[in-house]
Order: sequence, then structure tokens, then C-alpha cells
Amino acid sequence: MSDPLLSISDLRVEFDTYGGIVQAVRGVSFDVQAGQTTAIVGESGCGKSVTVQSVMGLIPSPPGRITSGRAMLRGTNILGAKTINGQDIRGDQIGMIFQDPMTSLNPTMNIGSQIAETLIVHRGYGKSRAFQRAIELLEMSKIPEAEKRARQYPFEFSGGMLQRAMIAMAIACEPDILIADEPTTALDVTIQAQILDLLGDLQRERGMAIILITHDLGVVARMADEVLVMYAGQIVEQGSVDQIFYHSAHPYTLGLRAAMPTNDPSGSKRLSPIDGSPPDLFNPPPGCGYCPRCPQAMKICAGEPPPVIALDQGQSARCWLHHPDNPAAAKPNQAPTGQPGAMDE
Amino acid sequence: MNNLVSINNLVKYFDLGRGQRVHAVDNVTLDIGEQEIVGLVGESGSGKSTLGKTLLGLHDKPAGTVSFKGDQLPGKYRAADFQKYAPHMQMIFQDPYSSLNPRMTVGEIVGEGLRLHSDQSTAQVRDSVAEWLTRVGLEPDHMSRYPHEFSGGQRQRIGIARALILQPEFVVCDEPISALDVSVQAQVINLLDELKHSLGLTLLFIAHDLSMVRYVSDRMAVMYLGSIVEVGRADEVFFTPRHPYTKILVGSNPEPDPNLERQRASTTIEGEIPSPVNIPAGCRFANRCPKVMDQCRTQTPELLPLTEVAGETAPRHVACHLYAG
Repeated sequence: MSDPLLSISDLRVEFDTYGGIVQAVRGVSFDVQAGQTTAIVGESGCGKSVTVQSVMGLIPSPPGRITSGRAMLRGTNILGAKTINGQDIRGDQIGMIFQDPMTSLNPTMNIGSQIAETLIVHRGYGKSRAFQRAIELLEMSKIPEAEKRARQYPFEFSGGMLQRAMIAMAIACEPDILIADEPTTALDVTIQAQILDLLGDLQRERGMAIILITHDLGVVARMADEVLVMYAGQIVEQGSVDQIFYHSAHPYTLGLRAAMPTNDPSGSKRLSPIDGSPPDLFNPPPGCGYCPRCPQAMKICAGEPPPVIALDQGQSARCWLHHPDNPAAAKPNQAPTGQPGAMDE
Repeated sequence: MNNLVSINNLVKYFDLGRGQRVHAVDNVTLDIGEQEIVGLVGESGSGKSTLGKTLLGLHDKPAGTVSFKGDQLPGKYRAADFQKYAPHMQMIFQDPYSSLNPRMTVGEIVGEGLRLHSDQSTAQVRDSVAEWLTRVGLEPDHMSRYPHEFSGGQRQRIGIARALILQPEFVVCDEPISALDVSVQAQVINLLDELKHSLGLTLLFIAHDLSMVRYVSDRMAVMYLGSIVEVGRADEVFFTPRHPYTKILVGSNPEPDPNLERQRASTTIEGEIPSPVNIPAGCRFANRCPKVMDQCRTQTPELLPLTEVAGETAPRHVACHLYAG
């Protein structure tokens, strides 16, 4: 594999709150390859959004604090930096779209001017040239009647159209990386399919890398090349999309898959929920964060944090089950089976 | 199977003034059998929630009727009607954050129904609340806490206990899981399933997550722009959709299986759900339908039973000219 476009290592982020210090991200490392889609999956509060926000420099400080880590974009550390070689990182080299396009856009500016602003700020375009380019970008995002739409305001757009406008804005400066934070969560399935198709087309045309944050495993299966599964501020498993879906190694990944209905008509008629809830990140547990909910927990899991254990072909899992010293050693499970002991009644 | 709830040609519109009218529910006919779970799917703006609320009298009914166990429900509820029907028909709301009063304790929220609709003493109410909190997987001593002290999944359990403490026969679940994480969704779905069996509940399960609706429901109804376009057994509607809209809806639903996703042909359609204000004549789906014919633009298709379908266990109804005549 070639050199990664973006390489993040040992990222740690904390937030000061009234209740104490929350360790939102606890040592995250991963690479993003050019032209590929890397999906980050996990439940609310697992640190997936904080991870990409710290890469973008969007962590408010105070209360937030990046305590360690590096994010190398083509060999330059961008954590804490605003520019590389005079070029802005945010909006220029890395574009971002958010979950809720309605609140991410300025309601008092027309759509075209908001997109044009990106070009005026980052590329020094003149006003009318930037507006012309904004219309082209709206056309690229497949908004019909782009010329007329560019003069309209956010309230005149539907949710799906707003998300297209956000995408147009994010790709205005032809970034190498597009970060999409739950881009379709607020949209209906038919609109979701349109937006996912659009992202896929743009990626093919421009060779952009996409970092896709989502909690929907269906969206992951459709879009991702590489998958990172996050839990309690750490990456618990990473691998290619096929490895994650067909050879899940971490019990949490298995648990997530068993908790979703499959569309197999012969499938079992009962979902296996993951009982309990994620740990409190004010006082992260000394051992594995998933241990209290894990059906396969062992003695060591409660006391010692598991290391990242490399499995076949680039897949890795943060789990003691796969440690070479574990006698019951670690064949990755093939299928999400019912979890004995998952229900404690 | 007897029908517990029968909806006949139900209409609900909202007047915007200046002659504009939103047709949220337009001529819906649907029967819900005893102890049946009917899933209602559709995009936002298709009128699913309005239909649910109209059934329970939270909206008035400008036209059409709803019968509950053979009794016709009043078109516009007065206080006495709520008093009469609330113990039998309840609702679980979508948003567990805004649907619980932040100034009431959990005990007050869950026990309120009993205080209003039964003559139990305070101590008896407290005992029932404790029992129900345990039943939905919370602790009895959570009674004295306030909603903000709970997570989303726990709040949804409080909402379920609140709705079920009166032991209603019929419950409308309005997107009960869409605000929750995947692992917690399964907890709530299994809880509803257990309670359905132990209490003999009948549910109208409103959601936009097709896989979950198929999983939960006996029958599935698909709504588009205020009217039902297809009804049938949940599995059959999901695996062999007939109406062009249902086909697209099922085709847009991403499946957690990378191989399947790679093989699947793109079924996206252009355009979005039109405004429900001043709906055009003819089929509502005509302007987005890949199989549109001339008559679709002028004649409104009726929801008719499909005749020659082999091996189907319940009649399938489709509102589409492709299948008529």
C-alpha cells in the first residue's frame, strides 16, 4: 500500500466539564488512503465526531484539549496548525459536511453567496467569478435549476437539497479529503440513497478520500473500503469492509451486527441487544472499556487494557481474545451468533 | 381475526389560510386486527404520525371514521372522550427527550394515568409504578428522579411504562426507536415484543427504518403523501414489493452486507416528495414514478386487492394502475 494521505497517531482529546475531565478520545491511530472511503462507526459518545473535529481544528478550547497525538497530512503535522505552506487546511485541503445542514448554513445569506464565500476566502476569487463557480458547483452536486437555486435562501431548500449545497461548498476548493459526519442521518432513505450516490460519483471523478462517520452499518456496507469501529474513545477493531462484516474479530463488532435485523428471510426472529451502556469516560475503566457488556469477558479484561493485536491482512482488534497467549485462541468468529450470557435473566 | 381498530376513508387536513390546505392524511382505509402489529412506513411528510395521532383523537377527524372494537370514535374529542378512551388507546412518542415533562418526577409521569383514570390510592399507584419500572428494566427507586437523569434508552422505557401502565389494548408507537443507538434499539424492540406477548397488545408501529419494521410487524402499510399505496404481510411487502414506490423504498434501504450492496443495481429516483399542499390530480407518485402512464396523471388509483398472487398468506392491496384491471 502506498503512503497514506493522512496518518493519525495516538490522538487523545479531553474536555473539562462540571463533572470533571471527560477523556473523549483515548489513543486513536489510523491511516486514510487517497481515493478511498474510511468509515468510522460507533454509538453516540464513542468519540467518532471528536476524532475528526480535532483533525479539522474544530475542538473548542477551552473546554477541549488535545493532549497528545499527531495528524500527518502528506508528511506535515496539522494538529493545532491552521495552514500548511500558506494554504488553509480547513475548507481548502480538507472539506467537511455535517449531519444537520439546516443549522450549518447561514439563514440570512443566499446559498450561492455562501458557497462563493469559500472561494473568496481561500482562493482569492472576485465576487462575481466566485458566484459563477458556485453555480457550477451546485450543478455538479446535481441541483436542478442551479442558477435560480443559487439565489435562494436555506429555508427554500429541502433537507436533501441543503445537503447537496453543503457538499457543493465542501468540494469548492477541491479538497483531498472530505469528512462527512453523519451526512444522511437526518434524511429519508430515498434521499439518503441519492446523497450516497452523489458522494460516490464525486469520489470517483476527483479521487478524493472520504472519511465517513456513521452509526448505520448499512451505509458502511454500501460506501466503505476501510472500517474503524470505535467504542469508549478507542478504536476496538479495524479492517477492510469485508473483514469487518464477514470476519468480525471484536465482540463489540459482533454485538452490533447481532443487534440489527438482517434482511435474510430465514434469519432468526430475535435481536440480541447489547445489555448495559457504555462506560463513563470521566473515569475510564482500567481494563477493556467493553468488558462489563462483553459476553466473552475474561478475568484479565477487567484489569488490564487490551493491546491492539494484529490479525490477518491488515485487520486488527483491541481484544485479549486474540492474544497469542490465550489458549482458546482466537479464530475470528464467522457469523453473529446468539450471545450466550448476553441476557442476564 | 377480529378487527380491533377499523379506519374508514379517514381524512385529516390542516388549513394554512388563503385557501391553502395541507392534505396530511387523505382517504386512508386500514384495519388492524386484535393482537396484530401493523408497521407503517413512509418518508417524512407522508402523514404517518398525523394518522397515528388522529386515531387517538389528538387531532380531530374532518371526514371518515375510526372504530375501536366496533364503537365509532367521536370526530372531535372532548374531555370526557379522552377520559373514556385513554385507558384503552395510548401512544409512545418518538422523542424521549421532549415528550417527558422535565419538571415532573418519573413516578409522577408514569403514575399520572392511574391517578386520572382509576380510583387507586396513592400507595397503590406507587406500587404499580414500581412494578412497571421493574417490568421495563428500570429500578423502582428511579421513581423519585427527574427525566434529565436518564439516557435516551432509559427515557424511552419510561415513555413505554407511562403508556402501558393503564394496560391499553391498542398502542400507537410513533418512531419509538429512531432516536436511539443500534444496541439500545434492540433492547427496546425486544421489550415491546415481550410486552406484546404478555399483555396481548395491538400495535401500530410507525417508523422509517424498513428493516426494523419488517422485523417487528405482522403486516406493513406503505404511505406516500397522505395515502396508503401498499399493504400486505410485512415479509411479502419487503421481499416482493409491487407498488413502484415500495420497490424504490426497499431498494434504497442499505443492507449491512457489503457483497449484497456491491451487486445491487442503483434504484435511486430523482426528485423528492412533493408538497402536500394542493396535491395534483391523479396518482400522487406519478411525477417521480419510473413506470408512469398517461392515466396516472389524471385518475387517482384506488387501493385494490391483488388477485393472482400465489403463495401469499394475506391479501395484498396495492394502489397502482399497473395492477388494476
